[in-house]
Amino acid sequence: MDYILAILVGLFIALGVYLLLSRSVIRMLLGMTIFGNGVNLLIFTAGRVTREIAPIVPPGLATPEGPIANPLPQALILTAIVIGFSMFCFLLVLAYRAYQSLDADNTDRMRLAEPPNAPQPPLSY
Amino acid sequence: MTELDLPRAMIDTLTAAGAWVTVLPIVLALMGGALMLVLRQAGRLSLLVALVVVGAIIACEIALLIRIAEVGPVSMTMGRWLPPFGISLTADLFGAAFALAASVVTFVVLVYAEIDRDTGDRNNNFHALVLLLLAGVTGAFLTGDLFNLYVWFEVMLIASFGLLVTGGSAAQMDGAVKYGFLNFLATTLFLLSLGLLYGLLGTLNMADIMRVAPMANSAAMTGVAALLLLAFGMKAAAFPLNAWLPAAYHTPPAAVSALFAGLLTKVGAYALLRALVAVLPASRDLLEPVLLILAIGTLLTAPLGAIAETNLRRGVGFLLIGGIGSVLAGLALANANGVAGAGLYIFHAMLTMTALYLVVGLVERRTGARDTRQMGGLYAANSGLSILFLVLILAAAGVPPFLGFWPKLILLEAGVEAGGWGAAVVGALVINAVLTLIAGARLWSHIFWRNAPDGTPEQAGQGAAPGYVAVGALTLAIVAAGLWPNPLIEGGQIAAGDILDPARYVSAVGLAEAQP
Repeated sequence: MDYILAILVGLFIALGVYLLLSRSVIRMLLGMTIFGNGVNLLIFTAGRVTREIAPIVPPGLATPEGPIANPLPQALILTAIVIGFSMFCFLLVLAYRAYQSLDADNTDRMRLAEPPNAPQPPLSY
Repeated sequence: MTELDLPRAMIDTLTAAGAWVTVLPIVLALMGGALMLVLRQAGRLSLLVALVVVGAIIACEIALLIRIAEVGPVSMTMGRWLPPFGISLTADLFGAAFALAASVVTFVVLVYAEIDRDTGDRNNNFHALVLLLLAGVTGAFLTGDLFNLYVWFEVMLIASFGLLVTGGSAAQMDGAVKYGFLNFLATTLFLLSLGLLYGLLGTLNMADIMRVAPMANSAAMTGVAALLLLAFGMKAAAFPLNAWLPAAYHTPPAAVSALFAGLLTKVGAYALLRALVAVLPASRDLLEPVLLILAIGTLLTAPLGAIAETNLRRGVGFLLIGGIGSVLAGLALANANGVAGAGLYIFHAMLTMTALYLVVGLVERRTGARDTRQMGGLYAANSGLSILFLVLILAAAGVPPFLGFWPKLILLEAGVEAGGWGAAVVGALVINAVLTLIAGARLWSHIFWRNAPDGTPEQAGQGAAPGYVAVGALTLAIVAAGLWPNPLIEGGQIAAGDILDPARYVSAVGLAEAQP
């Protein structure tokens, strides 16, 4: 199971990186999301995958009987999902606003803050 | 039924009243941010409350510093679980001093930002976002847990997004797209390395990692450390991962640029110092050639960018990156002087770079231009501003007796002590200082000294009094610290000792006697 998940993480991250290399902001955004989900899956796998043993302490006992699934990676992933989703939302709105302001979804054409073809240094002073 | 030994798992005593100063700065900043949202329509009252909150944070951090100077690093663990299960906030001398510098800088920027109040460059959320940014930065400086550090990075990131796009100009959208994607990618890479670290060690508490890391597979640990270097290097704007900084930092209002310059990249540099030198020293040793190349590359390329640039704030952005190169040089040398120099340089750059951006904001306001080609003759019009600019440029370049000189001197000593590659670092530091001086002198003579270009409109620059007061006070503090650096240098050496020998740090968290 771990190996399958590890391969899946690799696929997710490869796909995310591929999309991030694109010039289209929307594709980059999708790449960011897939990359983030690959990372979440990686934390899940790194926390040791255990089948069907919920980390619940039975009533009347102080410690669980026998081994249980590790609850900590789930807490970490939950935090990361919330944060990643909020960032995704912000970047989505930002991409739309940038499209409205700059009339460009192509990062090559987003040169307003860094004007292309500026004159060479000593001449431009 | 197993008998539960609660005192071994839980904290069952009340936290001493004096220990609360560890968490209070973060709590105050977060609560203050919420309060600012309530007071968003309140006008000047909102500023007053924000200043009171930041003043209280400064007071807490001074108390924290005094406590650390007396007893060494202090730690406080949340949620009653004992470390490493509860999340620890652990402050040592560097963390607390940087947190103090961050709140001082925020205080100055809040006062300065009053001159933008009526220009339409900001909205009512400004104070709330500034306090949330401060909460993220303070949390990152005071935390003792790597996952907690990730969360503070994200708090900082989302607040900085808000500040960066406030105003909504097309150039800001352009800069924010690049800033947003690259910084989000950096924090995701940080999360990736945390996942691997957790899989390898089963813990994310920094003090606990210091104990168990030597027993883990060193190749795997170095892979994790390399990922951390990549993530924090992007955050700190280290060469060659720094293209986002000059693309974004000049687009928002000057006060926001100054706040970013003082806080954001410095948190990345501090995270590098903490994660690589203190937490994973064995992996840092293996990565030393990479760090050397990054440091020398940053030191040499950044000021060249500043020399070539005609957009004033973009030029200053390159000088800011050059400062990060000095910090990286200290991390690459990593002897006692190197770490002390790197830490002192972060402290110096937080104050100096903020002040420099604020002065640039006053220059832009006075001339009505953002490009040095359209500036000139400002010395005749406003000689006070020219003196402030010159002092700060000299401080940034590291000319004695200004503040930047002392950390650079310590770094040069560290390079000489290290021998071998240390000589290359020494050379790069000296060349960086000369190039920074050339870039700064070029900016100064073009803005202030040469005659004003024809047809320059007479800019009155009315209503900038709070700006001058804020920058003047900060510059005076920088000059005073440069003339009387002994407490800083001694503190830096003690803090560097704690970074290199984590025994006091680990025992402050309460993990010293536990067997791994």
